[in-house]
Amino acid sequence: MDLTFNAEERAFEQDVRDFIAANLTPEMKRATALTPSVFSDPDIGMAWQRALHRKGWGAPGWPADHGGPDWTSAQRWIFEAESARAGVPNVNVMGVKMVGPVIIGFGSPEQKNFYLPRILSGEDYWCQGYSEPGSGSDLSSLKTRAVRDGDDYIINGTKIWTTHAHHANRMFALVRTNEGERQQDGISFILIDMKSPGITTRPILTIGGDHEVNQVFFDDVRVPVANRVGEEGKGWTYGKYLLEFERGSGIASAKLRDALKTIADLAASDVTGRAIDDPDIALRMSEVEVDIDALEMTELRVLSALQTGQNPGAVSSLIKLRVSEIRQAVTRLGVDVIGNDGLAVEPSRPFYRLNHEPVIPEELLPVVPEYLNGRAYTIFGGSSEIQRDIIAKMVLGL
Amino acid sequence: MDLTPSDEQRLLRESADRFVAETFTGEYRRKAVSDPLGFSPAIWKQFADLGWLALPIGEAYGGLGGGAIEIGILMEAFGRGLVSEPYLATVVIGAALVGQCGSEAQKQSILPKVAEGKVYLAFAHSERAARFDLSHVETTATKTAHGWRLNGHKTAVLDGVAANQIIVSARIVNANGVSGKLCLFLVPIDTAGLTLRDYARLGGGRGCSLDLNDVQLPADALLGDGSDALPAIEAVVDRAMAALGAEAVGIMQTLLDTTLEYTKIRKQFGRPLSANQVIRHRLADMAMQCDEARSMALRAALMADAEPVARSRAASGAKAKIGKCARFIAEQSVQLHGAMGVTEELDIGAYFKRLLAFDTLFGGSAHHYRRHAALSGRAQT
Repeated sequence: MDLTFNAEERAFEQDVRDFIAANLTPEMKRATALTPSVFSDPDIGMAWQRALHRKGWGAPGWPADHGGPDWTSAQRWIFEAESARAGVPNVNVMGVKMVGPVIIGFGSPEQKNFYLPRILSGEDYWCQGYSEPGSGSDLSSLKTRAVRDGDDYIINGTKIWTTHAHHANRMFALVRTNEGERQQDGISFILIDMKSPGITTRPILTIGGDHEVNQVFFDDVRVPVANRVGEEGKGWTYGKYLLEFERGSGIASAKLRDALKTIADLAASDVTGRAIDDPDIALRMSEVEVDIDALEMTELRVLSALQTGQNPGAVSSLIKLRVSEIRQAVTRLGVDVIGNDGLAVEPSRPFYRLNHEPVIPEELLPVVPEYLNGRAYTIFGGSSEIQRDIIAKMVLGL
Repeated sequence: MDLTPSDEQRLLRESADRFVAETFTGEYRRKAVSDPLGFSPAIWKQFADLGWLALPIGEAYGGLGGGAIEIGILMEAFGRGLVSEPYLATVVIGAALVGQCGSEAQKQSILPKVAEGKVYLAFAHSERAARFDLSHVETTATKTAHGWRLNGHKTAVLDGVAANQIIVSARIVNANGVSGKLCLFLVPIDTAGLTLRDYARLGGGRGCSLDLNDVQLPADALLGDGSDALPAIEAVVDRAMAALGAEAVGIMQTLLDTTLEYTKIRKQFGRPLSANQVIRHRLADMAMQCDEARSMALRAALMADAEPVARSRAASGAKAKIGKCARFIAEQSVQLHGAMGVTEELDIGAYFKRLLAFDTLFGGSAHHYRRHAALSGRAQT
């Protein structure tokens, strides 16, 4: 067992660094640093997606025959770590990391040929239609209906917490095509063109002051049956497959380390009156860093298990839980580090394109909104309570 | 980068798990508690035959040249069986200090005997005023016509009663007073002026304090050439903490497994305890913390030979985090066993106490978060 990189891995690390240095513009870097929401705005994120695609790195987790780079686990690790360290924008994860793997796993050849290249190139921007006002943690109780009418489904209902629905041209959604014996039966996985007549989108502002999520309404929206992925009524299976990707496939420790470094740098600077000299702040900083060390080792153990063909299984719930809790600890530390400057509210967005002088130093603007928006980490993708249910059932066999 | 265990490591884990499960039963443990040595020399002989005593010792001295990962595999198995043999004191700490600081002659005379199970060692370093500061030593060593004279008082010496030789740390006194130099001395257990107060250690094994009153030693009792031993002590203690972390993971895993089984069997209100969500979530948290502790112990072992600051940050991070997880799992295991958990009728209490001792040894979580912060260039707290 060995944590160090071999010569090939070090050479790859240098390739990644060179690529980032040549393609990450100062504007992208600044915009990313000043974005307090979970996702980058599409103009920033998709510019990065196009750069990655030109290099053949548009979808690191995909198999090579669908345009993936065919990396080893170590290469994926290095790519994620270097990307986080450099502060690159978030790409459209709903496309690359969510619907992409489902289409690859269960889609028809036509769907693969049509959608996958458009995800890679950044031509399509995806949003996820899962939650509904009455179906949060109990997702499979969802009520949005798709009724067959010739070669179309007619969709009626509503989806909520839809990240970037106001930017997306496509949505993948779980809809009810049948009333089954169990509520998990009768759900289908369907791909929807957001420009279809009958779709309206209502913005929802989060407590940090950002417009990231929406409610989407479907009023007799026609979607071709050909847009259903896999079998009718099997959508729950595909949806769960995706959720496991959402929870566990990412390499989160590198991003958390970068987020902590941002706060640590602020704490060591005169802007915060050297908050780091407060022993309580210094200790909590170490406590969070050690938690990230533990998470990083767990991620490496999972990667290594994957590489030897083992299935890490429900450990994705364990990782999701820790990532969300550590993320909140980092943002909480940020609020305490900036002290009084956290009292100033800047309502305009985006922070990297303000047309006035901010009332506090620019780099402090995202700190409080990040903490506030970050309360969502222990709620989305299955709340922490749901993750504990899953761990009890799947890891402990209860 | 590769975290796949080698075939040798897999075999070591299998044989250690098997041996510990067969040998270290609850019955054996209850006998060991009242044993004056705290363990069985016959089993120590089996450790030698299995090659475990030779494991980390260099090949030139009759050892197998294993590293921190292999030690961690053994220690985790020891934790599962609550083994109280003086492996940490003799092999992980004692032999490592001789290996790092000793002269060629000292290594030749001691290390092969450790590997064969013929010599037990202990390390007397902690002092009351030092708390957990490794550099704080008030015990003195004065040069005499024939060698050295030691005076001082040591606390929390692990398994001293079993040792043939105790490695004692002391500051050198010269004509101008106490110098800055910290040195190690090999003190045979029967040396005049050495008084040992032995006690049963919390959670198993023995501990003692030492009084050194004008202990006269020959010149060659000085371990090595007399250069400052603090860097070696820090390295050895960092590795000992990694090893203890692995042992704690074995203990925590056993507590988790046992508690999980109990909550499935124990019925109240007409259903098993584990049917209650509050219990299921508690167990999920225990499982999560056990897994985090496992990651940290592995990380400390993988970093055991890194440059000193990285090594010490990993060791302190692991000690702090595993200590926190250990307390949580220990306390919740007792809690979920209800009143039975507070009795000596179950093994839960013995595992609980070993974890409490683990958290204290070489400093608790708070101490090691502070050390981590200081090593990271944050406030000197």
